Amino acid sequence: MIKTDALIIGAGPVGLFAVFELGILGLNAHVVDNLDKAGGQCIELYPDKPIYDIPAVPECTGESLTKNLLKQIEPFKTSFHFNQRVNSVIKNKDHWIVETSDNIKFETPNVIIAGGVGSFEPRKPPIQGIEKFESKNLFYSVKNKNNFANQNVCIFGGGDSALDWAVELSKIAKKIYLVHRRDDFRAAQHTVDQMKEIAKTGKIEILTNFQPKNFLGTDVIEKVVIENNDKTIKEINVDSVLAFFGLKMELGPILNWGLNLDKKTIVVNTENFETNEKGIFAIGDICTYPGKLKLILCGFHEAALAAQECFRRARPDEKYVFRFTTSSSDIHKRLGVK
Amino acid sequence: MPKVTYIEFNGQEHTVEVEKGLSIMEGAVQNNVPGIDADCGGSCACATCHVYVDEDWKDKLPEQSDAEKDMLDFAFETKANSRLSCQIFLEDETLNGIVVRLPEKQG
Ligand SMILES: Cc1cc2nc3c(=O)[nH]c(=O)nc-3n(C[C@H](O)[C@H](O)[C@H](O)COP(=O)(O)OP(=O)(O)OC[C@H]3O[C@@H](n4cnc5c(N)ncnc54)[C@H](O)[C@@H]3O)c2cc1C
Ligand code: FES
Repeated sequence: MIKTDALIIGAGPVGLFAVFELGILGLNAHVVDNLDKAGGQCIELYPDKPIYDIPAVPECTGESLTKNLLKQIEPFKTSFHFNQRVNSVIKNKDHWIVETSDNIKFETPNVIIAGGVGSFEPRKPPIQGIEKFESKNLFYSVKNKNNFANQNVCIFGGGDSALDWAVELSKIAKKIYLVHRRDDFRAAQHTVDQMKEIAKTGKIEILTNFQPKNFLGTDVIEKVVIENNDKTIKEINVDSVLAFFGLKMELGPILNWGLNLDKKTIVVNTENFETNEKGIFAIGDICTYPGKLKLILCGFHEAALAAQECFRRARPDEKYVFRFTTSSSDIHKRLGVK
Repeated sequence: MPKVTYIEFNGQEHTVEVEKGLSIMEGAVQNNVPGIDADCGGSCACATCHVYVDEDWKDKLPEQSDAEKDMLDFAFETKANSRLSCQIFLEDETLNGIVVRLPEKQG
């Protein structure tokens, strides 16, 4: 059990800035995110696109904003727990016990939900009953490429992940079938060229204008059935299947924590962004209140106010005093300013 | 105001008036038409506003951008008449009366 002043769910821009606001008050935090890195929508959906409405930053990108937020919280040496989802939040007197999908447990007076539109999860092929194949021979990412040695591998998708792995695995697999719904690929041009070059040797078979129709097999997938735009059907014998249909956002477990919801958002007050449960806060895209805008700058404000209440709950015996970062020697110490 | 008819996967029809300048996605969200999630708020980054446009309207639609084509790769069960409804704006009366069908689910 890890004890912490605050547990932040979501390492998007708002979760990251919450680390800062807690940090300057002398509170430590742990952050959990289902992605493999920090940045939330900014890093997953638009790393290269410009953002023009961060105050005093005339222009940045999703990626540079994330980098700078991480730099800003460096002094606090925050622990991040990536690749796992927060599954449960359970009350224990006036504390909360939080558990992740990797069975890490936290005890904390403050849970800050900065979960955006939900946790990023792999998008699955539109075929019923495929769960039973998952982590047997149906995968949405590659953990150990050697598992695919000498296999017939069917890869779905047309982006960088699909094509990078098609090229990479073609070096050790028996044969790669690359199935994509149209002729154009989103992946980098040089990877597309590389793949087409390998296809000439027969190591990769490119099947465009096909979509998955069915996965057949009792215990594992033995045969993949795909359908062409003109409805012709093709069957492929496979040893394993990799599906790269990108990520989608899913609210998932957050719905079950007894919080007041409005559609897919959590209702909060605008004084300290607490939910209907004492010590559970919601900030950023996931919260709602009259006038809420899903903007990064609004999330930053919400983080600052929530942090004040977190302080009162984590340090009931200390008096809260408002301080500027410019002039507070305590804050300077916490930031490592000499 | 242009009218849009949304037909849910189960056949339920919703005909609503949508303010000029809004997208077909925004028309659905503002009128509480179920079946369009629009997780990214219309920035062509999530593919959860996927619709099938009725054949009669296909030619009246604006061209698909490369970004929309790319994003459609992620949509659930795409067909030749698949579009992302956040990318179709009701600028004038050209699309008045348009009919869009919603997929079984959004991703
Ligand atoms: C294309 C695009 C352009 C945009 N442009 C702008 C702009 O110009 N200006 C602006 O202000 N905003 C813009 N936005 C919106 C902005 O990105 C969001 O408001 C912002 O990302 C919200 O931050 P957040 O930290 O609340 O949530 P997110 O960025 O969504 O991060 C939430 C994180 O929480 C994680 N998570 C959720 N639930 C769990 C769980 N149970 N367990 C573990 N992890 C979980 C998710 O995996 C995710 O990483 C844009 C959005 C898009 C898609
Ligand atoms: S709303 Fe996200 S792509 Fe249309």
